[in-house]
Amino acid sequence: MTAPLPLLAVNALDKHFGGLHVTRSVSLSLAAGERVALIGPNGAGKTTLVNLISGVLAPSAGTVQLLGQDVTALAQAQRVRAGLARTFQITTLAPRLPVWQQVAMALFEREGLAWRGWRAITGYGALADEALALLASLGLASQAHASAEDLAYGEQRLVELALALALKPRVLLLDEPMAGVPQGDGARLLAALDALPADLAVLIIEHDMDLVFRLAQRLVVLADGAVLAEGSPADIRADARVRAAYLGH
Amino acid sequence: MALAPAWRAPLLVAALGLLAWWALPDQLGLVTRIAITALFVLSLDLVVGIAGLATLGQAALFGTGAYAAAITATQGLTDPLLGLAIGTCAGALLALASGAFLLRYQGFTFLMLTVAVSQIVLSLAQKARDWTGGDDGLSGFSMGPLLGRWAFDLEGRTATLYALAVLVLALYVARRVVNSPFGLSVQGIHQSRARMAALGTPVLGRLLAMYTLAGGLAGAAGALSAQTNAVVGLDSLGFALSAEALVMLVLGGAGRLTGALIGATVFTLLHHTAASVNPYHWLFVVGLLLMGVVLLPPQRLAAALRRRLGAAGTGAGTGAQP
Repeated sequence: MTAPLPLLAVNALDKHFGGLHVTRSVSLSLAAGERVALIGPNGAGKTTLVNLISGVLAPSAGTVQLLGQDVTALAQAQRVRAGLARTFQITTLAPRLPVWQQVAMALFEREGLAWRGWRAITGYGALADEALALLASLGLASQAHASAEDLAYGEQRLVELALALALKPRVLLLDEPMAGVPQGDGARLLAALDALPADLAVLIIEHDMDLVFRLAQRLVVLADGAVLAEGSPADIRADARVRAAYLGH
Repeated sequence: MALAPAWRAPLLVAALGLLAWWALPDQLGLVTRIAITALFVLSLDLVVGIAGLATLGQAALFGTGAYAAAITATQGLTDPLLGLAIGTCAGALLALASGAFLLRYQGFTFLMLTVAVSQIVLSLAQKARDWTGGDDGLSGFSMGPLLGRWAFDLEGRTATLYALAVLVLALYVARRVVNSPFGLSVQGIHQSRARMAALGTPVLGRLLAMYTLAGGLAGAAGALSAQTNAVVGLDSLGFALSAEALVMLVLGGAGRLTGALIGATVFTLLHHTAASVNPYHWLFVVGLLLMGVVLLPPQRLAAALRRRLGAAGTGAGTGAQP
């Protein structure tokens, strides 16, 4: 019996900002279909790790492998094309563009059509339909033509997710998808997270422990930039060090 | 999903231009100047309004196109369209070469570097007296007939139609590009770089392509200016021209392409009329206008008017490039 090839493998990743050591020899891996939660107290270096994996930041040492390929030296755009998508903790959308056009932008990039400079975007009927269908599947059909900034916050979080899904990634990094979403609005987002494609490898950062235990099969606990513990939800719950560092307060 | 068809605004401009050409035979020089200025401000709108890059170096692209076209003519190649093509390429090439360096920077740093690059181009033009005539400017060349048929007459009938045709064509091209997937991605970069990078957009490459296109249009405007005036001076590369174009763009509204044309027309007309009334203080009027536009954006004014009139303008402005 051989373990399936991990879609994402992070090996001994290190990051310094000057004298500040924010990521300390972090290793983790994700297989197809896995749901792994990255948890840890504020300042543990979770978002930095997402930025290192997605290519926003370059690591000081260590490697990132995507589908068996070393992508450490690749720019963010190339990693996206290799199958890696992410969402942002702080909603990052083009505020004044209609939502469907933003999804269409993702589709144009995915299909390699984004350099086309002559035919109007409305002339790509199949992609426009795909964008609208994706938005409809997330319950955003009636908001498709609104500007992103006119959407409710919970809906903007859904658009974040839609943009990542539009890229048809193999590996998805979710940086606190539920952050700041009011209790009542969370249901749609939760449903969307439950409905993620089964073969997608998902790394999710989240503070909401109920969600983490509900969604993830495996937890990685980060503290002071290093992996403190890793294991099943039950293992992590029982881990005294984790409770001291994180759950205990 | 209603994008305005790409031909609508150019058609309107063509109609208005022809009307002016027919109705104002004594003012053709002014009409030509408006058309050329509009083309230049249009090129600036691609950089500032669409790509979101505040620049004060657009005149370097304009002046390079102007000198390229003028030098072509002094070498005996007097076909206007050839000169126009060479001026366009010169502007695009300078944009490509300088943009590859400039676009690595953002915001204030980018702004200052655009000033620096245009100062360098200006001083090079000053030094290369044999080619550019230095401080005296370049003149004493004449253009052949347009398409081998229509000579440039003293009243400027040919020149006006020529400049108008290039403006209309450029507006059509710009409109198509802005409405395309490429144009959409550049607007996306303007609004959120981080978002576009996360979608896999090669941000620098996209911006460089748009900057190069804008350089081509600015170069075309410069070439038209050189050909219709039969003279090019160092002021065509100057800081004042870049700054004035930015004022015109803000006056008309950035990011809509048509705003560039409106701003250029209003500014040039003001310059023309107010300067003849009082040659020293016409900028006072421009200053007041600018203050009004900046403090009271036209969109807000239009929205207030619509509310006042109680028109059912629901959903206006969403999903469309006006």
